Amino acid sequence: MRPFSYTRAHDVAGAISALSHERNARIIAGGTNLIDLMKENIERPSHLIDITRLGLDAIVRTDDGGLRLGALCSNAATAYHTEVRARYPVLSKAILAGASPQLRNMATDGGNLLQRTRCYYFYDTGTPCNKREPGSGCPAINGVNRIHAILGASELCIAVHPSDMCVALAALEAVVQVEGTGGKRGIAFADFHRLPGDTPHLDNNLARDEIITSIDLPARGYPEHYAYLKLRDRTSYAFALVSVAAVLEMDGDTIRGGRIALGGVAHKPWRKPEAEALLNGQQASPDIFRRVADAYLQGAQGHGDNTFKIELARRAIVRALTQALNMDKSDDPQLHRTTTEPR
Amino acid sequence: MTRSYIGQPQNRVDGRAKVTGAAKYAAEYNVPDLTYGVVVSSTIARGRITALDTSAALEVEGVLQVFTHENAPGVAHLDSSYRDETAPPGSPFRPLHDEAIHYSGQPVALVVAETFEIARYAATLVRVDYATEAHATDLMAVRDQAYEPPKKRSGIAPPSKLRGNAALAFANAPVRHSGEYRHSIEHHNPMEMHASTVVWEGDDRITVYDKTQGAPNSQQYITRVFGFSNEQVRVVASYVGGAFGSGLRPQYQLFLAVMAARELKRSVRVVLARRQMFTFGYRPDTIQNVSLGASMDGALQSIRHDALANTSRFEDYQENIVNWSGALYKCANALFTYKLAQLDAYTPMDMRAPGGATGVYALEAAMDELAHAAGIDPLELRLKNYTDTDQNEDKPFSSKALRECYRQGSNKFGWAKRRPQPRSMREGRELIGWGMATGIWEALRQKASAKAVLTAAGKLEVSSATTDIGTGTYTIMSQIAADTLGLAIEDVTFMLGDSSLPPAPIEGGSWTAASVGPAVKAACDAVRERLLKLAREIDGSPLADAKRGDVTFSDGHLRLTRDSSMALSIVEVMRGANVATIEEEATAEPDRESKKHAMYVHSAVFAEVRVDEDLGTIRVTRVVNAVAGGRILNPKTARSQILGGVVWGMGMALHEETFTDHNLGRFMNHSYAEYHIPVNADVHDIEVIFVEEHDDIINPLGAKGLGEIGIVGTAAAIANAVFHATGKRVRHLPITLDKLLM
Repeated sequence: MRPFSYTRAHDVAGAISALSHERNARIIAGGTNLIDLMKENIERPSHLIDITRLGLDAIVRTDDGGLRLGALCSNAATAYHTEVRARYPVLSKAILAGASPQLRNMATDGGNLLQRTRCYYFYDTGTPCNKREPGSGCPAINGVNRIHAILGASELCIAVHPSDMCVALAALEAVVQVEGTGGKRGIAFADFHRLPGDTPHLDNNLARDEIITSIDLPARGYPEHYAYLKLRDRTSYAFALVSVAAVLEMDGDTIRGGRIALGGVAHKPWRKPEAEALLNGQQASPDIFRRVADAYLQGAQGHGDNTFKIELARRAIVRALTQALNMDKSDDPQLHRTTTEPR
Repeated sequence: MTRSYIGQPQNRVDGRAKVTGAAKYAAEYNVPDLTYGVVVSSTIARGRITALDTSAALEVEGVLQVFTHENAPGVAHLDSSYRDETAPPGSPFRPLHDEAIHYSGQPVALVVAETFEIARYAATLVRVDYATEAHATDLMAVRDQAYEPPKKRSGIAPPSKLRGNAALAFANAPVRHSGEYRHSIEHHNPMEMHASTVVWEGDDRITVYDKTQGAPNSQQYITRVFGFSNEQVRVVASYVGGAFGSGLRPQYQLFLAVMAARELKRSVRVVLARRQMFTFGYRPDTIQNVSLGASMDGALQSIRHDALANTSRFEDYQENIVNWSGALYKCANALFTYKLAQLDAYTPMDMRAPGGATGVYALEAAMDELAHAAGIDPLELRLKNYTDTDQNEDKPFSSKALRECYRQGSNKFGWAKRRPQPRSMREGRELIGWGMATGIWEALRQKASAKAVLTAAGKLEVSSATTDIGTGTYTIMSQIAADTLGLAIEDVTFMLGDSSLPPAPIEGGSWTAASVGPAVKAACDAVRERLLKLAREIDGSPLADAKRGDVTFSDGHLRLTRDSSMALSIVEVMRGANVATIEEEATAEPDRESKKHAMYVHSAVFAEVRVDEDLGTIRVTRVVNAVAGGRILNPKTARSQILGGVVWGMGMALHEETFTDHNLGRFMNHSYAEYHIPVNADVHDIEVIFVEEHDDIINPLGAKGLGEIGIVGTAAAIANAVFHATGKRVRHLPITLDKLLM
């Protein structure tokens, strides 16, 4: 990797100041993604600002009854936190579907939002990639694209965001609290990540001198009816081909409201509120779930290897909604491990 | 009585060293003034280098040299100098030879620096300009350019000769099946990346710590290519962190490290990056066509097995893919062909059960399809066509307890409860499928040597240049030595992985136990003879009149078998005879009797899968693998071998595939994250059964190798179970969920 300098920040203001003064600086926290990218000569920072001593690792209640996840809280601590598990089980489950225990111990919640795509070409400096080297081209579109986007892609980039955690955060409508030289602001989760468009090198809307300080969960966590379904090429330590975070608010058999977020299909966790709205006031049934799924996948486009994702995502939405409705864990194809005799 | 070690589940004698980190691997030898080499890889698949700019790299403080084809020192000229023990016919790849690019990822420069970090950084600064030429990396696209390899690869049988009239018999058969089966390129992916640490000892002498399956093989390569004598080069591979065939040939990091050390007169270490583990050999892409014809009762009338595999443009890599179909079942009419087609890629390389894992997959999937077509239970079909002779060579088997594998395996699995119709077993949303397959692999043996040295303190040191690639060689050789001389295993030290030790072949082909084991036994037997002779000559010896057959070696003592009070300890004999050490070296090789027989290890594999009906996700919930592998020297390490093979078979069936971007001519999923092998969560119950199999012919130990049989048949059993679960036959591995969706 390239030679770089390193400083440790002692407070948020110091971190922001360092970030704004060094043009090619990067924040480092858990380092689970950044260090790999530096070793592969993909990220080439001249300066690293270590923020692991800033605190920011607490999980506390907010005034509006929600929960604030400190940006430096580890993924593991978040997933196993009593209140997260009780009130936001979809988030806990999503986090635990990702990476490995070792990585979750190191990775921070803020860092999880900022992890970069796992596109083969992005990771291989021997190939062109518009995200890595703007203007160099995107070989994935006509190349190996089993893991690539079917929604919201552009002609310049079909990469997907790899996070599981973010899919649940999108469904929960979390707010990302950030701080920079211009002050503090909250970014609605749907507005945090970007679509590739003609700027595929930008993953999110964080300003250059801003750092994430917390992720705020709203009061409603949907603990009664939720599902996180992750479909992948092996049972663990693989990124999602398709994942679904689904939460429902039920009144008897009637659906009062629901939210669905898809992972593994787009440059950001994918929400489609107008399709979710089809659930409102309906009796829960396979039919309405299928209609919602069809609406969700409208406009989806495959590129060859990944075309199957369109049908897979459709079925995954139906399954996730069914799981959320029935809260029947045995429906999860890759998690339960019964080995009873067949009937 | 002393305990006997052979046949007991002895813990690995090197286990503690491995888990405590005391065991050192090739990249872990640190010497003063070590330098570090990092490889720059080509980004194009075919063409030539038009310009190289190494100036920026050379300007980095700490960089010692950047080696390219422009400044690489002169080395051997003839192809024969580069040919190692397992090289296929052709011209072996020569690193930094000239400007020609033969494949994507080819090493084009080596940056050597005072630290690894500096070398890695400077490597990113090397600029290479290329003139590209059109490349071919898609086997399907060059299918019409297939040819029969004109020169056979040593040790690999060409397709068996024609029997009867396969085409006519197939046309006349009332039950027929034809299918095309395929798997994509797979890579070995050992945990330990390829590495060589070359220690410059001065006076043009080097000690090389190499990741290899054969220290003598690497030594021979170095001496021939660089003009060293054997005395100048010692190659050590005490521990190998998995290889699976990837260490059978000296790899380019060895060449580069030796070259740099010789030029700089410094010690040099070159470790490949994980992505560079995809820049040399692999299991080739293979397309197989199998046609089976049978009578109504399932008796095979015709077998035809045609295979087409890729090779490189510079070597004709070959493996035995089709002959298993001639050895496994009785059939009067058979036809086998094997062809190659060239790609702009590195030469393929043996990967666990090369040809067997893949050829038997196609045969056993086809047998399952035939059983379905004939309405016969798949196990019944195998039994119906059981053979007691190898029809390929018209020889009897030295032993074959496959029938017992079928019986014990099916009983343990509960095969009798299987409902024949696909999609007839389910639980909730999951379709349940039961499938089975047969496994077969050669029981090979090679010439090998070993030395045994007994000290006056009664400690035994045994050595051979063989390797332990994680298979348990250290342990089983210690067991054999301890038993032969009646010593506690703690008093035995086995040394291996060193070119200065008595010669042994590369560790491959599952032949190490059967080859080195007899050599160890012979060397220890010779020590035993010497001991007894000395014991008889001691004044007042209680064994003065004892003959060879009268004496038992146990507990570190020589005893009269009929009266155990008449005894001398080994220490007493050594002291009494005033001998410091007894040293014997022995060589063992296959005898003439064994050549009159066909020698194989067999297995029967039964698998249960559960498939989510809507989502296509597959879980392998149970596998029973019953193995007939002769005498089991160590049931614990043997079981581990089979477990590893079964897990790999699961990967072959469901996960493993190297993706090639044919536009770029480049492998793309070159990481552990994206090249999928099974993880713990994919692995459920695996039961290993060793059926009893007595074999006096194969070797003095009666043992057959087990390194490869575990993977053979497993992928087919799983693929057949997926068909039974879903009614859908996927003939292109791996069976990923998308292939079951539509």
